[in-house]
Amino acid sequence: MTREEPLVLGIESSCDETGVGIVRGTQLLTNTVSSSMDEHVRFGGVIPEIASRAHLEAFVPTLRTALDDAGVTLDELDAIAVTAGPGLSGALMVGVSAAKALAVATGKPLYAINHLVAHVGVGMLGDTFADGLPPDLGALLVSGGHTEILRVGNIASDVELLGSTIDDAAGEAYDKTARILGLGYPGGPAIDRLAREGDPKAIRFPRGLSQPKYMGTAEQPGPHRYDWSFSGLKTAVARSVEQYEAAGIDVPVADIAASFQEAVVDIITSKAVLACREHGITNLLLGGGVAANRRLRELAAERCAAAGITLTVPAPSLCTDNGAMVAALGARIVMDGGSPSGTAFGTDPSLPVTRIVLAAAREDRT
Amino acid sequence: MLLLALDTSAAATVALLRDDVVVGRFGSADTRSHAEVLAPAVQRILADAGVAGPDLDGIVAGVGPGPFTGLRAGLVTARTLGFVWDVPLLGVLSLDALAFDAVAGRAVPAGGGFLVGTDARRGEVYWAAYRAPADGSRLPELLDGPHVGAAATLPQGMPLAGRAASLYPDDLDGLPALATSDPDAVPLARVARCRLLAGEPLRDTAPLYLRESDARVPGPRKRATA
Ligand SMILES: [Zn+2]
Repeated sequence: MTREEPLVLGIESSCDETGVGIVRGTQLLTNTVSSSMDEHVRFGGVIPEIASRAHLEAFVPTLRTALDDAGVTLDELDAIAVTAGPGLSGALMVGVSAAKALAVATGKPLYAINHLVAHVGVGMLGDTFADGLPPDLGALLVSGGHTEILRVGNIASDVELLGSTIDDAAGEAYDKTARILGLGYPGGPAIDRLAREGDPKAIRFPRGLSQPKYMGTAEQPGPHRYDWSFSGLKTAVARSVEQYEAAGIDVPVADIAASFQEAVVDIITSKAVLACREHGITNLLLGGGVAANRRLRELAAERCAAAGITLTVPAPSLCTDNGAMVAALGARIVMDGGSPSGTAFGTDPSLPVTRIVLAAAREDRT
Repeated sequence: MLLLALDTSAAATVALLRDDVVVGRFGSADTRSHAEVLAPAVQRILADAGVAGPDLDGIVAGVGPGPFTGLRAGLVTARTLGFVWDVPLLGVLSLDALAFDAVAGRAVPAGGGFLVGTDARRGEVYWAAYRAPADGSRLPELLDGPHVGAAATLPQGMPLAGRAASLYPDDLDGLPALATSDPDAVPLARVARCRLLAGEPLRDTAPLYLRESDARVPGPRKRATA
């Protein structure tokens, strides 16, 4: 196996995207994604069983397309990488079972890796950063499945979770709010669009976990200094809508959308920047599907600039869940001489970020 | 004829058969670890037999019905192996494996009708009705099914092969030798082989879930009115 610029195929199935990506070292060869998003529209959110069924049907066709697109054969691969968690249990199991079968059938080493850390892995691809991942790096991940701020000392060996949502993910809050406002699914783009016509200061919605008892101080941090909570916000939106309706007034949907969005991006960016400042993070990567949100990018850029933090947002296709990020992290681990995970490991729906690559199970280490 | 068979409709089972001879076999009673155990089992069985994947004449996949997550682990494994090795995929109804066992073990009389039932969880069984061959053939004939339903709703007066019999003894008349049996990759492979030899068509590997996902379309939000 070449450790210089290994050819690695990455498989992603933790939510509703079936992704197969192929990289050669830090060069992206293909990022092939099949999404079941359309099948979730009528439910207003991702239905795990529907996503899992779609992964089974999409896997081999996505694999075939990725190989064709990259112009490589399975024989040429140096390694295979797969998302082992965190994510939806049944969805993860399809990708992991497929990856193991691929490893057995090709004889290639398999690396079971962390989905959240893989989101940071796209920073190594192409020209996201001119000279590879910079030092003093942090990552703010915002999507329908997660809301996290990470400190990345070394992407292959030292990642720390500084804060995360304690209930809904930000993207989930968008979806639920969009449903309250009758805007359809996915909620993020719909609310972002409508928010442009509204007044973000019309209604002051709550910023979750921002009270002093949760925040504490830099010296004596409270229990949720860098954590978020969005479930109260969704309730506040519902109550606001009800108040207008009860009073017989037309619901000012655009104002509510704008005010909701302002509350979300305000608390996300203020806590993320605070975490960066207090942990010496000077380079922040913004990832996840909600990274495409216009107002989030705008406010993150503004606040990072004011705090002397360089903000980097990868291409949208690399921000949403995909196999290329899995391949990129896999390649990094191969280049660093990391050990493969064997084929006996299990999936872990709540895999912590400190477990970047799973160690081989005992029966593999003979 | 060299066939690799996988059935994950209940337990995770893998078998390698050369013609009618079982060359290797794996079975795990744990119904929740299919994604862990399946690939290592395939690897070990082929290595022990000195068989390379592309040498296979077919990969036989039990297509259910069965609990969703385990079933998918088997099907995505079979499809991926088939793709990489360029080996044909042969789908077989998992209940056919139990029906084959019932006939092979002479648990049912020639020409007689019988049922096959497995655990569908949630108080229900996956089932189908078969007739044992009367002409010396080895393959039972599928008469009705597969279905999913409560044990009490199955046709009366026919013996049943499969674990459903021991789960619902008050409702079902179990064949004693097969009352705790699950579909297995060995008889699954034999069903596929008999069909191939007889020139009969096999199924594709579309999973038989028999149940919709539990997802509900959310109702309209209740409006507050003045
Ligand atoms: Zn993600």
